[in-house]
Amino acid sequence: MIFMLKELKEKLSTESAEDYICSLFDKIKKSNLNAYNILAEEYAIKRAQEFDKYPWGGLMAGVPIAIKSSISTKNIETNCSSRILQGYIPPYDAHVIEQLKKEGAIVLGKTNMDEFAMGTSTETSYFGTTHNPWDFNSVPGGSSGGSAAAVSAEEAPCSLGSDTGGSIRCPASFCGIVGLKPTYGLVSRYGLIAYANSLEQIGPLTTSVEDTALILEVIAGHDWRDSTSLESEGGYLGDLDAGVQGLKCGIPKEYFGEGVDEKVERSVWDAISKLEDLGASWEQVSLPHTKYALASYYIIAMSEASSNLARFDGLRYGLREGIDKDWHTTFSEIRAAGFGPEVKRRVLLGTYALSAGYYGRYYLKAQKVRTLIKNDFQRVFKDIDVLVTPTMPFPAFKIGERIQDPLSLYMADVFTVPINLSGVPAISLPCGFADNLPVGLQIIGNHLQENAILRVAKAYEDATPHHTVKPEGVV
Amino acid sequence: MRLPTIPSNQRGWSEVEENGVIVGLEVHVQLNNLKSKMFCTCSTDYHDAPPNSHTCPVCLGLPGTLPVVNKKAVEYAIKVALALNCEIQNDTLFYRKNYFYPDLPKAFQITQYDFPIGVGGRLLIKGEDGEERLIRINRVHMEEDPGRLVHAGTIDRAKYSMVDYNRCGMALLEVVTEPDLRSPKEARTFLDKLRNILEYLDVFDGNLDGAMRVDSNLSLVGGERAEVKNISSHKGVEKALAYEITRQKNIRRRGMDVIQETRHYDELRGITVSIRTKEEAHDYRYFPEADLVSMRIADWVPQVESELPELPDAKRERFRSMYKISDDHAKSITSDIKVANFYEEVATRTSPQMAAVWTADVLKGELNYRDLSINKFEPGNLVKIVNMLDGGEITEKGAIEVIRHILDHGGSPENVVKAKGLGKVDDGAVLSAVKVAVAECAHAVEDYKNGNEKSMNFIVGQVMKKTHGRADPSEVSTLVKGALDGL
Amino acid sequence: MITREDVAHISWLASIEVAENEKDDFVEQFNSVLDYFHQLDEVDTENVEPTYRAVELVNVFREDVAGKSLPQEVSLQNAPKREDGYFRSPRIV
Repeated sequence: MIFMLKELKEKLSTESAEDYICSLFDKIKKSNLNAYNILAEEYAIKRAQEFDKYPWGGLMAGVPIAIKSSISTKNIETNCSSRILQGYIPPYDAHVIEQLKKEGAIVLGKTNMDEFAMGTSTETSYFGTTHNPWDFNSVPGGSSGGSAAAVSAEEAPCSLGSDTGGSIRCPASFCGIVGLKPTYGLVSRYGLIAYANSLEQIGPLTTSVEDTALILEVIAGHDWRDSTSLESEGGYLGDLDAGVQGLKCGIPKEYFGEGVDEKVERSVWDAISKLEDLGASWEQVSLPHTKYALASYYIIAMSEASSNLARFDGLRYGLREGIDKDWHTTFSEIRAAGFGPEVKRRVLLGTYALSAGYYGRYYLKAQKVRTLIKNDFQRVFKDIDVLVTPTMPFPAFKIGERIQDPLSLYMADVFTVPINLSGVPAISLPCGFADNLPVGLQIIGNHLQENAILRVAKAYEDATPHHTVKPEGVV
Repeated sequence: MRLPTIPSNQRGWSEVEENGVIVGLEVHVQLNNLKSKMFCTCSTDYHDAPPNSHTCPVCLGLPGTLPVVNKKAVEYAIKVALALNCEIQNDTLFYRKNYFYPDLPKAFQITQYDFPIGVGGRLLIKGEDGEERLIRINRVHMEEDPGRLVHAGTIDRAKYSMVDYNRCGMALLEVVTEPDLRSPKEARTFLDKLRNILEYLDVFDGNLDGAMRVDSNLSLVGGERAEVKNISSHKGVEKALAYEITRQKNIRRRGMDVIQETRHYDELRGITVSIRTKEEAHDYRYFPEADLVSMRIADWVPQVESELPELPDAKRERFRSMYKISDDHAKSITSDIKVANFYEEVATRTSPQMAAVWTADVLKGELNYRDLSINKFEPGNLVKIVNMLDGGEITEKGAIEVIRHILDHGGSPENVVKAKGLGKVDDGAVLSAVKVAVAECAHAVEDYKNGNEKSMNFIVGQVMKKTHGRADPSEVSTLVKGALDGL
Repeated sequence: MITREDVAHISWLASIEVAENEKDDFVEQFNSVLDYFHQLDEVDTENVEPTYRAVELVNVFREDVAGKSLPQEVSLQNAPKREDGYFRSPRIV
């Protein structure tokens, strides 16, 4: 039963929302994918009952949605898949949650993620890894692995994730679904528990481009509580079927060749051909500073993380165990016990990168390289409309394969991090398979060009069957 | 009138004497006249509220929250910087100062580092020798207040502490001087003047708890400096610095070096104590706050500047020349903006010189004694009292009594005069009292005639008694003398 | 090259206790990551301005208007240790 949100809404207008939501919870509880941290069963069923009795309107009327564990939901535990925040109940909703609720959506629960969004596989979660619905022994990608797996396995019709260095696009690619990282500032970060605040955005994970456009319509737009928030022109659903006639695609040479899985590359080239068939043109371009993006990204992300995660000390919320000693010792012990190894690594390295004597060499340098990377994008966007690349250099890897070597895990983000550094929007959607695992196509646009990338994605989706293939076991 | 700005590296201050003392101040001013906090919409009137009742997700630093800048706080910062003759930075931004402490919920303070809103200012004060001294202002910048720690007992002995975040997030301005001050007294003078200016600008109420907190740095020439942190009273600063001089001189006398460290002022014992933390040096790892954007506010300056009120020095000058009052009176009256405004209202309605005397020399004292603010006394009442004095309706003693009565019990001057019978005795009655007294005090008259001038006072005293103190003493003296001389 | 002493200093700055046996692992991992970061040294950034945030916005403010605060119980609702309306903190010294 494939439900696009508009089909779902129609279904909910005649059939019971309560039945539907209960069936989802049933499925989740029977599942061994470990996509969820928290189930808001009582809340969701009650809302569904209310909807059945007095249905309300809205773009997401009655639609259940799974929310990544780093997005604050009032009165529903929000723990970033970390021991240090286990049990934390926010007294407020994130802006995006308020917007979803305004349009009638129902929060199902909170999905599993890499701890504090630090990872590319969801393996660093305190609650154990999530499994890829396509292959139980493979990772779902990260850090929004739970959100992606839930949607791919139909344990939720749609979900929200966050993307700091690829955390929406990577799991979308590995799980064969659609994931969008909007332009930086387009979606309010008020309520998103920060990992790297100059890089991250909240975005949708869905089974179709249209659903992505719908959710973007709901969550995008100015929020006075986020000083980096932009106005949205909206109308993301309007232009969807405009097609790609006359559109110019850029193919950056740095995103192909060595290090990219052959089959992945082939799927992406097939996709580029398909776009050509549909009326687009393409040309090779160069983003020469691409190879420095990973280093620049990680230095910046770790530095910001070291500051953003400093508030977790057990005084106002979260883990507080053992006997209190003097405050510094107590805080240090709690943080050592509450953070997993990857989080500790990044916070410590980030502290180092900002510290006296090293600030210039690392943090400041990385921010300057960031300017160069951003300029690369600005330059090519003068002549082309969108960039087309693979999302990930390879399909989902096996659980345990890369986690022991942090650097090899970081390398997986090579095609996703430049986008976060520049603040431009990008979408990932299914474009084929490599050894029975999904391959993701990444379409990148200039600032606030969501309409352009959605258009291209929709045209491609309409002309291909990949998005209709479901993992085994999903009926 | 604004002084032209000078670059902060230009020497305009007096050289330090060989055995002298070098003092710098960092003053934290809480902008408690704002309605909301610096980065969130919590209200600022937390002073008598229960703990943690004036907080929100933002100032509590709950995960996921973001700061939003209070526009008026920026205006106030520009006002203060201009009043201190600073240059306003066109492109100014916020930074994170990262450190851990229980009163800091985000484990960083949003503050300014490079490109603070105001730089290179100056303030003139009167030095101890009466000469004018130029104190350079290094910078003025904006930041947020942390929360407040409460201890059961002293900070170093309490088994645990309690934290109240009501104050957390209040807008602060930090004013940093160059080390141009040369004595504890000068430091105090500087602080008094700064506070005066801030109250004139109406950016804060200096009487509220925590409104002004001072970190002071002191070194002997050639020595390391010690920092004494977080003193709330100007008197406390003066005392702490005086103690530091003694302490540091004693160390030197013993042939040792003063070490650079942070100290805490113990008000009860009147001493400073070392708060030696771990040997590690603090590294605040400043970097720009990415949740906030840059502020380009150069084009606000002309407007803010045009709206600057008359500042204390200018007002004092104007009162002196316009109302023809003494410098001492002008100084006393303008040391508090409320008193200055009160005086001006009275001075425009009656004799400005008498108004000055009665405001500065009498009313202020009576208010201080009762710990009352001048808004407890109607300007109109002083106008009436001065007019009555001028018109000979009451004596000075009577006027004082009227003032006291109104402060203690309320009422209007006319009614109080009537009720207490303070009306000056008419001349006829005085004259007859004089006649009677002279007749009664034969001894005194005799003594006076024999050359004892002072005997006259006895007779004057008798007249005052007979008139129940309602006669004017100097008038009575004249009449008595006249009467005696005529005998 | 990061040393064990550096790790000890960073752990103090970051308030994360690092056990003796963990220090060596961290030294190794950090040095391998930092080695990778050093490739930035080859980039010429002589006249390049840093990019601290991805948006070009300036002058975002709010008016000085007071709103509602959280009730005391809600502020304290996640506090692991509290007393009389305060958050209970470990001792200062």
